[in-house]
Amino acid sequence: MQKLLDQDIQNQIKDFLSPMVNPVTLVLFTQESPCDTCTETRQLLSEIAELSDKLTFVEKDLVEDIKEVDLYGIEMTPSFVMLDHEGKYRGVKFNGIPAGHEINSFLSAILDMSGLDFGYDAALISRIKKINKPVNIKVFVTLSCPHCPGAVNTAHRLAIINSNIEGEMIEAQTFYTLSEQYNVSGVPKIVINEKHELVGNQPVEAFLKLLERI
Amino acid sequence: MFSFSIEKTSDASVFKTGSFWDLLIIGAGPAGMNAGLYAKRKGLKVGIISGEIGGQLHYTSTVDNYLGFKWIEGKDLSDQFLTHINSLEIPVLKHVKVTELSSVSPDFELVLSDGRKLKTKTVLIATGGAPRRLNIPGEDTYANKGVSYCTTCDAPFFKDKHVIVAGGGNSAAEAVLDLIPWASKITVVHRSQWRADQILLDKHQTIDKLQVHLNTKITQVYGDETMKGIEVMDQSTGKTYRIEADGLFIEIGTVPNSALVKSLVSTNPQGEIIVDSNQMTSYPGIFAAGDVTEQPYKQIIISAAEGAKAALAINQYLNHTYKGA
Repeated sequence: MQKLLDQDIQNQIKDFLSPMVNPVTLVLFTQESPCDTCTETRQLLSEIAELSDKLTFVEKDLVEDIKEVDLYGIEMTPSFVMLDHEGKYRGVKFNGIPAGHEINSFLSAILDMSGLDFGYDAALISRIKKINKPVNIKVFVTLSCPHCPGAVNTAHRLAIINSNIEGEMIEAQTFYTLSEQYNVSGVPKIVINEKHELVGNQPVEAFLKLLERI
Repeated sequence: MFSFSIEKTSDASVFKTGSFWDLLIIGAGPAGMNAGLYAKRKGLKVGIISGEIGGQLHYTSTVDNYLGFKWIEGKDLSDQFLTHINSLEIPVLKHVKVTELSSVSPDFELVLSDGRKLKTKTVLIATGGAPRRLNIPGEDTYANKGVSYCTTCDAPFFKDKHVIVAGGGNSAAEAVLDLIPWASKITVVHRSQWRADQILLDKHQTIDKLQVHLNTKITQVYGDETMKGIEVMDQSTGKTYRIEADGLFIEIGTVPNSALVKSLVSTNPQGEIIVDSNQMTSYPGIFAAGDVTEQPYKQIIISAAEGAKAALAINQYLNHTYKGA
């Protein structure tokens, strides 16, 4: 099969992932049919997993692997989560293929999940840790949107810091019907706990202010 | 097939609270990145801080007026710039904003949106521009409910729909081309005449689904839950009418991102930073380059060139004028 990632991109990704601290596992959920981009997402994840000895790729089935589907709250395919070096789900989820610009939020999440310090100020981290109610952050993106990876990255970092928070990327073209339900016609669109909205790539401070209010 | 636009930046861990720099560049568009390149080559301790890499390069799908590239995607040009500055290991801190810039004579202190505080001898403002708004009723109400400022981001939501493009410059003319694969009908509305490059307008000649209303002013966006259309006025007859549409892409230029320094440096009535022939602002030690300045021709190559000029002038300033340690 022809590779999705050419040699030049492979080298860039290898280099990008070189600072990884601890191992990370990618758990992809697919199904036989119907599934737009399941094949491509499988190929992308397995090709990327080959580029670092700290990455493991596991594939599960939406219908058969009920236990994991429940554990990680999987609702659609393709969808994947990242597990830390202890095999723990830390609320980092991607729905749809993270290609185009979104490769950046994917690779950044791997580094962050591996335990690489992402440089947040101690005061900011302590505020994030204080959020004590369940928070779900959906970030709708298109693969041609340059502002989107920043918003996805912020949602995922909040999730990694605080186990009450889950951050999920949703690729709007693959999940068009879902995007219509959420009236998405501009991205990034950030939906928090199904009812609060932020538009555009907001700094972590804007996310946090909203989370502290709700 | 899928493409991958990887934005690897050099080690950002050097941006620690209390770190002291020769030059901090705010913005990583063509001006900021080229300034980084030139400053690093001069041996300066330089860092780039930016919300997003590439700036407005990402708002345009194709670039065909940057010397040396007959045709290149905006994001690919940005990637090439980044690869170049990465090869010199210029640190770039992304996804943060500078929230405060203050003078601690003869140096400057920057406060970042994640709480970090950095100190620097000089600052380059290369923050570019943000999309200009029409400032009409309904524009805010229907923002992201039909009204968009980023064609490359949002075009996929308008498959088989009728969309309007507001504007008559190059970005509007290019937005029309970007929408062809998606929209069923494209209508351009512009308050005066086209001022886009002829080479772009020639490409419009063969688009059957394109309608153009020139000398026509948009007065309102209307709709219910989402946008349903616009109200316009024909400026030659004074007649008003409605155009039903699902989307409105506003491509009427940019406003300068100069709010951070407005209280420190002189700006013109449009908010653009006034600079001298060496890109220095009215405040010694603060320089500006690219679309944030009053330079009238907002072009990638001009911004890049201004970045280079600024970096060389900053090096001179540090060697001859700077009064600190």
